[in-house]
This record gives sequence, structure tokens and C-alpha cells, in this order.
Amino acid sequence: MIFTIAAKELKILFSGPMAWIILAVLEIILAYFFLNQVDAFLTIQPQLTALANPPGVTELIVTPLFGNAAIILLMAVPLLSMRLIAEERRNQTLNLLLSAPVSVSEIILGKFLGLMAFLSLFIGLVALMSLSLYAGATLDPGLLAGNIVGLVLLAASFAALGLFISSLTSHPLIAAMGSFGALLGLWIINMSARGADSWLNTLSLLKHFESFNRGIINSADAAYFVLFIALFLVLAVRRLDNDRTHG
Amino acid sequence: MTKITVSAKDLSRSYGTRIAVRDVSFELRQGEVLGLLGPNGAGKTTTLQMLAGCLAPSTGSVDICGINLLENPREAKALLGYLPETPPLYRELTVDEYLRLAARLHRIPKNAIANATEKARQRCGLTEVGKRLIGNLSKGYQQRVGIAQAIVHNPRVVILDEPTVGLDPIQIREIRSLIRELGGEHSVILSTHILPEVESVCDRIQIMHQGKLVFSGDMAALKQTYPDQANLEEVFIQLTKKEESA
Repeated sequence: MIFTIAAKELKILFSGPMAWIILAVLEIILAYFFLNQVDAFLTIQPQLTALANPPGVTELIVTPLFGNAAIILLMAVPLLSMRLIAEERRNQTLNLLLSAPVSVSEIILGKFLGLMAFLSLFIGLVALMSLSLYAGATLDPGLLAGNIVGLVLLAASFAALGLFISSLTSHPLIAAMGSFGALLGLWIINMSARGADSWLNTLSLLKHFESFNRGIINSADAAYFVLFIALFLVLAVRRLDNDRTHG
Repeated sequence: MTKITVSAKDLSRSYGTRIAVRDVSFELRQGEVLGLLGPNGAGKTTTLQMLAGCLAPSTGSVDICGINLLENPREAKALLGYLPETPPLYRELTVDEYLRLAARLHRIPKNAIANATEKARQRCGLTEVGKRLIGNLSKGYQQRVGIAQAIVHNPRVVILDEPTVGLDPIQIREIRSLIRELGGEHSVILSTHILPEVESVCDRIQIMHQGKLVFSGDMAALKQTYPDQANLEEVFIQLTKKEESA
């Protein structure tokens, strides 16, 4: 049942121009970053050979590429997640799901997985872009894998938060702005952190993504993302269930 | 004794301090068509939403074929088909895609889906428009897709909230005969404020006013209770007026 709902979300996403345009725009921007990075690498390459322990092509191109992809996702996910519940509520199509023999958790998980399928497609394209470097260089597969895992977890966190905020309102644009604000806030929350062990660092999405970006799969950071995703999915289920009891 | 398919006991629902429905109880038997009548804001839609499981009652309980809707929502909802006031249509899907989705959501086995959607399309006169986008259909056709969605899984109980709104006279006649036909094997509850519709399709009538049931019975009982009134319309006006002055 979860997959039926996920498939429906994907189908509706791709039946309009929105998904295609978002994919196209993100790809163009990332491709520009990528080419710039390759260019920079080629200019400094002669100097690198003089170093005793020079950074590799993966560190110099793939790491910044995934860092940029994370920021682009931060802006794109709210646009994709805004309609998940808000629009259904607005068009009163939620009744189809609510009157069907499907639980609220299945509805939320289905919608979450549908969005994740789309985001995985995007992450897959970023990974492919990195793999194209194999044409002229050798990559560090561990570092690349760490980045992919990190970006998937990060995208899932964005999607869970966006889904929750979409469940709060019946206006997609309010949901988009709310999610964007919340995500950006959580991204930069550690700006005013004093010292490395400040609790603000613990909350920051950026801090937890950084270790993945450097190729370190730290179980504490993975746990943060998993808890973050679970928390907002549970909140979304509660909120949607409230529609039935208090709405 | 025919089987009771819907049993509502003391249903009440309040939105904040406003009470939309109070202490509504009734039963529906298999094969019956029940008409829920009432002026605007009488609580018809709220009652139907509670029966369909889209809204939890503040107090009271609903049993669908003996299964409690609040305790076992999944089993009970599988026996229900519901057309809300605004048909829950995804404009981006074609009629076929949408009906397949509705069939899957109601857990119809994979190999039976094609058959079920085909039958629903035939019954609602949608055979010609299967490949068209729902968003491009006229209001009448959209309404029919909404009805098809409610009956695609061959439910025991069909709940229709104002099913003939926005249809032309020919379509209204077709939908009414469809409702009659559904009444043969399923139970149907429909809400409306079109009185001739009730007289032509319903076995039993319930009139709601200000959240309460003010009359429940068949046409014969109605004539017996109100012998001075010439037709349903006058009874309706009298009942809804009486309550206001009280």
C-alpha cells in the first residue's frame, strides 16, 4: 500500500512540468559548478605534484560538488515537498486516501518514499557526474560512497521536515517558505556556536553532513539524521491524524 | 430479516464550541437506499464524513457490517465506498489511471483490477473517456469519475454526498438509475437537498435539521405522520421551520 501511494506521488510529480524543470535547472547549475571545479583542478595540478602528500581528484572535485548539491537540495526540496499534503488538503483529494482502507502512517510513508525516489534520481545524477571523472582519473571510492550516503540521509531529512510542514497548512506556498526557513535555520544554526562542543553544533544539519562530505561515516552523525527523519515523519502522522479528530 | 450494513449510534460532532451533529442514530439494511435530507448546514456532510471514517465522531460509534469503524478502521473501510462533496480527483491523471489507483488503494488483487475498473467505467458511462485527463473533463464527467471511484471495489455500503450536483437532466436520470441499481445489492446512503430525487430513488428518508434527526422513515410513514401535508416539500418546510421557532 505504501508503494501504491509512493508510485502515485511520483506519477503526479512527473505528469506536470515542475519535476522536469527542477531536475533540469539543478543539473545545469551543478554541471557549471562541476566544470569550474575541474578547470580549477587542471590549473593547480602542476603545483600539486610538488607536494609530498597532495589531495586527490576526489577531494578536490567530488567533495565540493556534493557540498554544492546539498545546498541546492536545501532550496529545491521545499518546492517539491510543499504540495505533498497541503495541495491535497486544498483540493480536497485527501478524502480519497482517508476513506480508503489505508492507515495514516502508510499515507505519510508512501508520500515520503515517493519524494525520496525522486531525490534519489537527482543524487544518482550527481554520482554519475562524479563517476565521469573516471574517464581521465582514478577516484577514491570510499570518499565517493561516504558522500552519496551522506547526501541521501541529508535529502531524506529535508524531505521529512518538508512533509511535516506541508501537513500543517493547506497553502503549498506557505509550506514551501516554512520548510525553506526551517531548513536554512537548521543549516546555519551553529554560526553563533562558541567552541566545538556547543549544543548548537549538535543541532546543525551542516555540521553532521560535513563528516560525510569528508568521507567519514560516523555513526553519531548517521544517528542524528535517522532520528531527525523519524521525528518529523512521526510528527506528520500525528498532524494528519489530528485532521480526522479535530479538523 | 435482512442484514444491517450500517449502524450509527448517538453520533455527535462538534467543531470547537459549535455542535454540527448531535445524537444521530440510525440503521441501514442491505439493499436499501437511504436519503439524507436537510437544508444547508444541517450536518449532512459531517454525518457522512463520520460514516466514511474521514472524520472521527466526538461521541458515538459506527459499525459497518458489524465491524466497528473506530476500532478496526482498515477492515471497515474496505467495505465502504465514499464520494465526498467535492470529488477527490487528481486532475493530472487520466480516468483509467485514477480508477486503477482507487482500486489499488482498496486492496483489489492485481489480476482483478482491470476487470473492476472496466466494470466501474461501464456503470458510470465513462467508457469513452478512459484515456482523457480528469482535469480536462466537464464537471458532469468529473462527478461520474467520483462515483466510479466509490464503487470500483464493489463495496457493501456506498456513501454519496450530493451525487447529482452539476449534472445535466439526462445525466441526472442516468445516475439515479445507477443509484437504484446499486441499491439492489449494496446499501446506499445519499445526501441531497433535491426533494424529487429522494422521492424517486430512496426507500427511506431521514430529515436533518440543525444537527439533529427530525424525521426517519419511508414515504408511507411520512404520509401517515403528516397527513395534512400534500408532499415531501411541505413536510420538509414544516419540519425545518418548526425547529427554528422552537
